[in-house]
Amino acid sequence: MSHLTEQLVACPECDLLLKEIPLAPDGAAVCCCCGATLYRNRPDSLRRTLAFTLAAVIFYLVANIFPILGIELQGNGNASNLFGAVRSMWHEEMRLISILVFITAILIPALELSILLYLLVPLYLMKQPPGIPLIMRIMSAIKPWGMVEVFMLGILVSLVKLQGDFSIFPGVALWSFAALTLLLAAVAASFNPRDVWEHLDYSNKRQAAA
Amino acid sequence: MKRRVHPTPAELGFDSCSVCRLVSSPDERIDISRCPRCNAKLHQRKPYSIEQCWAFTIAAYLLYIPANLMTMMETGSLVSYRKDTIMSGIIHLWKTDFQGIAAIVFIASILVPLFKLLALTLLLISVQRGSTWWPMQRMRLYRMVEQVGRWSMLDIYVVTFLAAVVQISSLATVKAGGAAVAFGAVVVLTMFAAMKFDPRLIWDPLRKENRP
Repeated sequence: MSHLTEQLVACPECDLLLKEIPLAPDGAAVCCCCGATLYRNRPDSLRRTLAFTLAAVIFYLVANIFPILGIELQGNGNASNLFGAVRSMWHEEMRLISILVFITAILIPALELSILLYLLVPLYLMKQPPGIPLIMRIMSAIKPWGMVEVFMLGILVSLVKLQGDFSIFPGVALWSFAALTLLLAAVAASFNPRDVWEHLDYSNKRQAAA
Repeated sequence: MKRRVHPTPAELGFDSCSVCRLVSSPDERIDISRCPRCNAKLHQRKPYSIEQCWAFTIAAYLLYIPANLMTMMETGSLVSYRKDTIMSGIIHLWKTDFQGIAAIVFIASILVPLFKLLALTLLLISVQRGSTWWPMQRMRLYRMVEQVGRWSMLDIYVVTFLAAVVQISSLATVKAGGAAVAFGAVVVLTMFAAMKFDPRLIWDPLRKENRP
C-alpha cells in the first residue's frame, strides 16, 4: 500500500474524503458532512464476537431442533418448530413463502454464524483462514436478509393471537429464540470488520517483506 | 452554513472500495478496476442505481395492491370461518381487545411498506432532479428506509407459524392466502430497491453548487 492513500477514509454515505484520526477505546469516527459512522475502535472486538458467536450457535441449534410452542383444544394438540412451519407452508402450495421464511429465518442466520466461526476461530489462534476477502463480501451481502429478531416478534404476535382460543405450552425453543435474538444483536454490535482487514493488511505486509 | 462536501476520492484520482472501505490510487492496483485488498469491483457510484431502484420500487407499488386486497389468512373452526385481508385482520384484533398487538401489526404491515414506497419515490425524484434541498433530512430518511424495512416480514412469519401450529383435525385450521405471496414480494422488492439506491447521489448536486 502506498503512503499516499494509507491514512485516507471515504465516507460510504456521502463520499467525503477524510484523514483518519486515532480513536480512544470504544470511540467512533463520524463523518463531519453527513454524520455516518466511518469506523470504530472496539477493544478486543474479535474475541468478544467469538464468545457471543459460540453462545449464539448453541441457542441457534436448540431453537431450531425443539418445538417453539404447542397448543391444545379439547384434548387434541399440535406443536411445531421452525422447520416444521416451513415444511407445512411448502405442502400447502405456498412454496415462495416457504422459501422466503427458510432463507431469512433459518439459512442466513446459520450462514452468518458459520462464516463468523470460520473467520474468528483461526484469528483467535493467530492463524489466517484462506479466502477472507470473499468471505467478508458474502457476509456483507447476506447481512440485511437475516431476520431472527423479526421472527421473534412474529412468535410473540402469534402467541397473543392463540391465547384466547387454545391452551398454550411454550417450548424450550421459544426461550432459545429470545436468547438468540439478543446474542445476534451483541454479535452485530461487537464485530468490527475493520479489525479483520487490518489483520489481512498486516500479514500481507509481512509476506511482502519476507 | 455551507456543508463541507469536498473533496471526493474521485476528484483526487482515488477510488474507495464499497466492501472493505480501502481508498486506493490506480497505480497501486494490479487490476485497475478492482480493489487491491479485497478484489471487489470498484465503482464511484453504484452502477444504474436510479434505474434499478425505480424498477424495484414500481414493481413493489404494483404488488402492494393485491397484497392489501387479497386474503392474507383463512381461519376455520367448527363454528366459524373467516377470511382476512391484512387490514381486516388488524381490525379484528383491535375489536377482540388486542389493541397493542393490532397497533404493532398495523405499523409493520401497513405503515412501514407505505412509508418505504413513498420515501423511495421522494428520494429518487429529488436525486433525479439534482435537488440540493435538505440533504441531511433526505439522508436520515434513507437510513430509516434501510432500517425499518425488515420489520414488514412480521405478518409473513405470523401466518407461516400459525398455519403450522393450528392444525387440529377439523376443530381448528389456519391457512395462508394469496396476499401472503404478494406481500412477501413487496418486502423483498423494497429491500432490493433500498440496497440499489446510492445515498452519495444525494450529496453530488451540492458539490456542483459549492465548487470553488
